Amino acid sequence: MIPINLIQSTAETLMDKAAIEIPQDYLDGLKQAAKTEDGDLSSFVLKAMLENYEAAKEDRRAMCGDTGVPRWFVKMGNDAQIEGGMIALEAALRRATANATNGVPLRPNRVHPLWRTDHDNNVGIGAPEIEYGFEPDGAWVDLITVHKGGLFGSDYRMLFPSDGIQGIKRFYLDSLMAFGKRGLACQPAIIGIGLGGSKDICMTLGKRASTLRVVGSKNSDPEIAKIEDQFKELGNSIGMGAMGFVGKNMVIDCNIEVGYCHTGGMPMSVHAFCLSSRRAVARIHADGRVEHRTDPDWFTHYQRRETIDWEPVQEAAE
Amino acid sequence: MNIREIRLSTTPTPEAIADLRLGDIVYLDGLMYTAREGVYMRALEDQANIPMELPSHSAANFHCSPAARINADGSFDMGAVTATASFRFAKWLPEWIAKTGAKLIVGKGGMTSKDYKDYFVPNGAIYLSTVGYGTGALLGRGVESVQAVHWNEELGLAQAMWVIKCNKMGPFIVASDMNGDCLFERENAKIAKNVSRVYEGTKPAVLKRYGESDDRTDEVI
Repeated sequence: MIPINLIQSTAETLMDKAAIEIPQDYLDGLKQAAKTEDGDLSSFVLKAMLENYEAAKEDRRAMCGDTGVPRWFVKMGNDAQIEGGMIALEAALRRATANATNGVPLRPNRVHPLWRTDHDNNVGIGAPEIEYGFEPDGAWVDLITVHKGGLFGSDYRMLFPSDGIQGIKRFYLDSLMAFGKRGLACQPAIIGIGLGGSKDICMTLGKRASTLRVVGSKNSDPEIAKIEDQFKELGNSIGMGAMGFVGKNMVIDCNIEVGYCHTGGMPMSVHAFCLSSRRAVARIHADGRVEHRTDPDWFTHYQRRETIDWEPVQEAAE
Repeated sequence: MNIREIRLSTTPTPEAIADLRLGDIVYLDGLMYTAREGVYMRALEDQANIPMELPSHSAANFHCSPAARINADGSFDMGAVTATASFRFAKWLPEWIAKTGAKLIVGKGGMTSKDYKDYFVPNGAIYLSTVGYGTGALLGRGVESVQAVHWNEELGLAQAMWVIKCNKMGPFIVASDMNGDCLFERENAKIAKNVSRVYEGTKPAVLKRYGESDDRTDEVI
């Protein structure tokens, strides 16, 4: 049984870490980009960003003034038990979100879409989002928080099989061109592409591809992994860098996730996880141990399964 | 690479403004206030009295909501500050600049050269862009103190008018000048040459969308 107060205190720590500490994989990617960048303004921007991450950690202040919209991904082993059940877990995550908004402090970004009511705590109707995933074994719970920012950089389009890879490429480029100018997408970014699913799941896949996969990760389908590499290179060959200035670093990594879709269509979404790629993860074990990490490790073989049943044998073989 | 760094007052002289060149890096000293849609609507549409002396106390308008809190004892804690995209405030800016004498509009992404020529240059104002975007911690270090928060009850923490004292706050990039030229449009034009090459081999989507532009050298703002 995982104590509910441990869930809340861990969640509060995660809120703090996500807002302040740039994940190591993104930092390594950006340092690499800074080495290759030769646009003078773009170089200046990347250098300033690297200094900014240091300043944030030193001062324990948020790395960006727009601290995004906090959300939660909860993944549980099949044997996990939460004190008070899932209702208690949701209340703990909402309390942690509100407490950290005041504590760090974060910007109280969440408002009612029509009345613009702001509770000054990032909690409201449907906020923070809490999404769930499950794994066949284990009594642990993974808490993942992502504070994705940005009103720009995401888009959706219904493509069709006849659009093919060239159509996918074109919509990908369109998204980079539209939102890369003036740096509206706060690039260089982790670009996530969702392919397939129903319309809503297509958006979800793209968002998770950008926020729940680390820089350097590959899709387990080797053909998709090749497209990821090609698209990263393509995005970086536009000639556009940070803030839309002339440069060669627009895409720190490109991650693609797929889901089965309607036979007639090929829906596609594009998401950009920005220069402040805020994510933090902790695993809470049944015995009360807490392990912090920055890789959500969301897309396991189980999450990408194609079969009706998930046989223990099959898992052993993976 | 030869980037000029400049210290600039938030109540700058016309000479100091005229001296700025596109791409200069600026650090600000003096009082700066945040104002975005909430403040603009309240001051311009609802005609509420602006609660500070403008431009004598500050001629710098920051398009920003800080990551900050108001403590129980009335004091303030400001963590990180970064800008929000400015293009969507074009509706209010001409009247705001005329009414408040703002000389520095500080934000994200700049405005169009048409905006600059129409109402920035005639009012002696230029645009400063934040860097990154997201040097929130560096900019936060440049906030010496929070002097006041106006209209918090009416507008909420994010839309309130925060008055901050800047001490070498930066970096910012000069994104417009007294010719009305636009740094971002200059960069767009350089990138445009390459666009047809990266699109080579692709074709328009089977299902079209109603839209304003298929020209990738255009902007969407």
